[in-house]
Amino acid sequence: MKPCLAFLVALSLQAAVAEWSYQTSWYEKARQDKVARGTVWPQPRSIDTTSVRYYLDPRSFKLEADSSSAAVSDPECKEVVDHALSRYGELLFWIPEEDRAGVDGDEILDKLVLTITRGCTRYPSLESDESYSILVNSDGATLRAQTAWGALRGLETFSQLIYGENGKHVINGTSISDSPRFPHRGIMIDTARHYLPLPFILNHLDAMAYNKMNVLHWHIVDDQAFPFQSATYPDLSGKGAYTRKHVYTPDDVSQVLEFARLRGIRVIPEFDSPGHMMSWGQGHPEILTRCYPTSFQPDIYHLGPANPARETTYTFMRKLFEEIRQLFADEYFHVGGDEVRFQCWNSNEEVHQFMVQQGFPNSTQGFADLQGYYIRRILEILHQVPETTRGIVWQEIFDNFEITGDLTGLNLDTIIHVWEWNDTRYQGEPFREEMAKVTAAGYRTILSSCYYLNYINYGRDWPQYYECDPHDFQGTEAQKQLVIGGEACLWAEWVDSTNFIPRMWPRASAVAERLWSPQDVADSEAASPRMEEQRCRMVRRGIPAQPQGPSYCEYEWNILSQLPNYRPVITSSGLRVTEGLFHIMFLNVLVLAVVKCLA
Amino acid sequence: MKLLVCCVFVVLACQSTLADWVRQPFWYDDARRDKVAKGTVWPQPKSIQTSTQSLSLNPDSFSFTTTAKAATSDACKDVLDPALERYRALLFWIPADARVSVSGDSVVGSLRVSITGTCTKYPSLDSDESYSLEVPSSGEATLSAQTAWGALRGLETFSQLVYEVDGKHKLNVTTINDEPRFPHRGVMLDTARHFLPVPYIKQNLDAMSYNKINVFHWHIVDDQSFPFQSRTYPDLSGKGAYTQDNVYSPEDVQSVVEYARLRGIRVIPEFDSPGHMQSWGQGYPELLTSCSPTSIQQDIYHLGPANVARNSTYDFMQRLFQEIREVFADDYFHLGGDEVHFQCWMSNDEIQQFMRQQGFQNTTEGFAQLEGYYIQRLINVLEGFPTRTRGIVWQEIFDNNILSGDFTIDLDTIIHVWQWNNSNFQGPQYWDELPLVTAAGYKAILSSCWYLNFISYGRDWPDYYACDPHNFTGTAQQKQLVIGGEAPLWAEWVDATNVVARMWPRASAMAERLWSPQTLTDATAASPRMEEHRCRMVRRGIRAQPQGPSYCKYEWNLAGESNYVPTASGALGMMGYIQQLLLFCCLVLTLGFW
Repeated sequence: MKPCLAFLVALSLQAAVAEWSYQTSWYEKARQDKVARGTVWPQPRSIDTTSVRYYLDPRSFKLEADSSSAAVSDPECKEVVDHALSRYGELLFWIPEEDRAGVDGDEILDKLVLTITRGCTRYPSLESDESYSILVNSDGATLRAQTAWGALRGLETFSQLIYGENGKHVINGTSISDSPRFPHRGIMIDTARHYLPLPFILNHLDAMAYNKMNVLHWHIVDDQAFPFQSATYPDLSGKGAYTRKHVYTPDDVSQVLEFARLRGIRVIPEFDSPGHMMSWGQGHPEILTRCYPTSFQPDIYHLGPANPARETTYTFMRKLFEEIRQLFADEYFHVGGDEVRFQCWNSNEEVHQFMVQQGFPNSTQGFADLQGYYIRRILEILHQVPETTRGIVWQEIFDNFEITGDLTGLNLDTIIHVWEWNDTRYQGEPFREEMAKVTAAGYRTILSSCYYLNYINYGRDWPQYYECDPHDFQGTEAQKQLVIGGEACLWAEWVDSTNFIPRMWPRASAVAERLWSPQDVADSEAASPRMEEQRCRMVRRGIPAQPQGPSYCEYEWNILSQLPNYRPVITSSGLRVTEGLFHIMFLNVLVLAVVKCLA
Repeated sequence: MKLLVCCVFVVLACQSTLADWVRQPFWYDDARRDKVAKGTVWPQPKSIQTSTQSLSLNPDSFSFTTTAKAATSDACKDVLDPALERYRALLFWIPADARVSVSGDSVVGSLRVSITGTCTKYPSLDSDESYSLEVPSSGEATLSAQTAWGALRGLETFSQLVYEVDGKHKLNVTTINDEPRFPHRGVMLDTARHFLPVPYIKQNLDAMSYNKINVFHWHIVDDQSFPFQSRTYPDLSGKGAYTQDNVYSPEDVQSVVEYARLRGIRVIPEFDSPGHMQSWGQGYPELLTSCSPTSIQQDIYHLGPANVARNSTYDFMQRLFQEIREVFADDYFHLGGDEVHFQCWMSNDEIQQFMRQQGFQNTTEGFAQLEGYYIQRLINVLEGFPTRTRGIVWQEIFDNNILSGDFTIDLDTIIHVWQWNNSNFQGPQYWDELPLVTAAGYKAILSSCWYLNFISYGRDWPDYYACDPHNFTGTAQQKQLVIGGEAPLWAEWVDATNVVARMWPRASAMAERLWSPQTLTDATAASPRMEEHRCRMVRRGIRAQPQGPSYCKYEWNLAGESNYVPTASGALGMMGYIQQLLLFCCLVLTLGFW
């Protein structure tokens, strides 16, 4: 009898203690308006939530693929789905074991069944169907998608619907039908102004997946450095990288591609030319134009843009592009074309002669012709490596062709990347006019002008990205259709691995919602509580997304990275230590053997 | 047999060629030569002579020695011994497998550290931080300081002289005589707008010591949260912290104070009142003034500044301050006093009555007097403590005194000047404020031009570098009253995800301004040293952000984040050697039995 009493006392004490620890502090109450728990970012096209709560038991909850569907029967689907199920198996539950409360007696949601209704491709593409639907009710939870890419988006949404409450993982009855507004939702990273170690790129790809972004535009080389290791031209990185450690080997690139593919993210490489090529000239000065002292361009190497007058330049580019195209899976290839200064070409006799030969006048128009000629050749090369390859170019290429008054050199299947703007910081084309012109000429376009994340300001700046809409220009319905999306750009002059992720996130999340959610989801005030939830969710998952005003997250970013869910694929010191030990052992044995033999 | 020996030679030869190839300089290295000044010191010493003659260090045999006094005085040893251990680890960074033997080179075998004065347990405003350092062309290097604090600064300088060439740790023949220009060189962290886990605070202390910054101003509580756990008033953090995980326990605070002490850094707590106290009111609403609806102040809790009319308020503060004074060792205490909105006081009858009683007018001047009255009573509390304690206040307290014409605040109170006048804020310019403050005879600290929370695109450290605390019109005596400056990083937009990168190396610019001679003002000339310094910090585990396109030989790595161990980074290397030795012994034993 007595032990029984003691047991009861213990139980009641426990309950009291438990209650005490769940006591909400004042700020918790104040935050209730600020954080919208279990909300989805970016906002789905259509979502209905009921007040019925279902509880998930982390020990028994199952994420299942419907074996009668393509999710299991189609091997391409299965590979992506299997990886995703194991990732989301971990992302679904975050409350530490010791803080969890039992869910006995609650209404349980015991599984999510995933069905893929069509088939899958090995790589995501511009045409991939990313739509999905989710149903959570008393019958269970189902996720239906046409493709594995849609399934990935749906799994992300499902994981975001779950919230923590008194030590339990909870989800409300929900019905979602979702698809993206734009098919091209990208982020540009620049690994030339500063090198980014691989784990940071992978970390960033995870963050992209949490925001349903699907294009990593990899501005991999530029004036300052050439970190891409080419097998065809080893001197490009051999002499043009910051150091031999600041390179991406073909292996590194493959890892990024695979990591991205499994998250439904396309990787589009950019090899910018004919400008921005200084680092190329370190190993291969012959492909650049020599600038003569009359030139205005201050250039310590006296080498300017690519030399468009030499056939060898095009042969070089063809071979390089062939290699790149074999490595990168995507059909789109960004060939740059921005910020070419004509002074260097103007100072070079060989280039002049070539222009005379081609019949280009010695004027701005003529140099625009010359650049047009170069780009036309580059696009021709693209169409041959193999023929399905398509180009993306910065807007100057379009502007140049416009100057020459002849757009025939610019293939209509080329995508124009609009990036200029006009304000106190930069005097360029106002982007709304540019979008109108580009689409009126029949080209597809991507917008970046208002998504330059490298520009920073004091305070909360994400609303300005949130409020910038790619369809905000004068044009017909057909013209609007030609806008395929946008990209947030984080140029890396002031960014490297020390600050890359916090500067990118959650600012890029604002762009993510703009490009995914319906056009009328445009009120940043209303979006704030969801944004707060999304940023804390990212922090919890191991993305050091920066804060947006005084607040706290239940799981703060910690120096010890004791975050259960983020594991970079790259093993850091662990492997090297073992290797080192083997190395030492081997050396020691060798030395001893030698000593023994000599004796 | 011969074949085997031959093989060994071939392998050895190949290895050295391979090593050569790896060390080949790159084009960008050439381009960077102008941009990075290897082995230079930040902040620049008062006097430094360097020759081009370079010496090598041997990581395996280099030693620190100490002279009798440094070795026997407990107070000196207490600080110096752990410092020698830290700097032993910081001196050598080239990974063991990339090191090249220095046999045959002229080698600096040891650094002899002497302390000629007496050491104190804690650094203070009056601590002597001077030192002299001699790296002769042969023989032992010597470092001489008056105090352990000076020895710390000298060790930091010595470690910064070391640079890397072809797998060797080198330094040049050098003579340095150094001391700081200002005694108060601080950084302010705000742990109320966002909680900062203790490891980040310690990491920041490490970075501060790499920049010879000696004051950590801890703006520990504010409107948004009260993370300081008080034993006397547990409900302050119990109800006022964001969550019960977001608190600093007395043990946490003590560990921060100790960590700072060992690096010669004072920790000055700020408990801001009578404004900025919303979070206090969660546990103790009786402390605050009830604002009546007529008030213009938007306040969801309808509680305003401290209720200055009640004696119980002063009793509360007295007991709390007593506890704080025991946890924090420094004899300065920041009382805050900024941004008090008078409307709430104006709306409260109890306050109005009290003012009449005190003879304060119902005008702005009267309210200024009221705040002055409140602060002076707090200062009296501080001065009543058994251990000497003095106050630091934000400039409004002084401005209020000017407004009311009634200089009630004790002269040994330090005035913290923070306002400025530009598009972000309309206040007096610091060059107008500092003459007033110092003419009235108060000591001053400047922060106006070092608000690191304000960010803009591009390279902004030259702005901080250009700002000088003596940039005002005043007598030499007035200039003497300016004891230094502080870089505040208010945390509205900063938490553990970005605090270190946002602070460094921007705060380094202020560090040099406050340490180095006034004549050192050319940011362009300082750039190559700044580049070296930022890469050095990154190498040492401080996530200092870049300053334009570049690279560091040792980039910040994700793996580095989890490997960052604030105290004993050197231990791993030693362990490695021991491990290797043990393994070798084992092998000898096993093979010996063949």
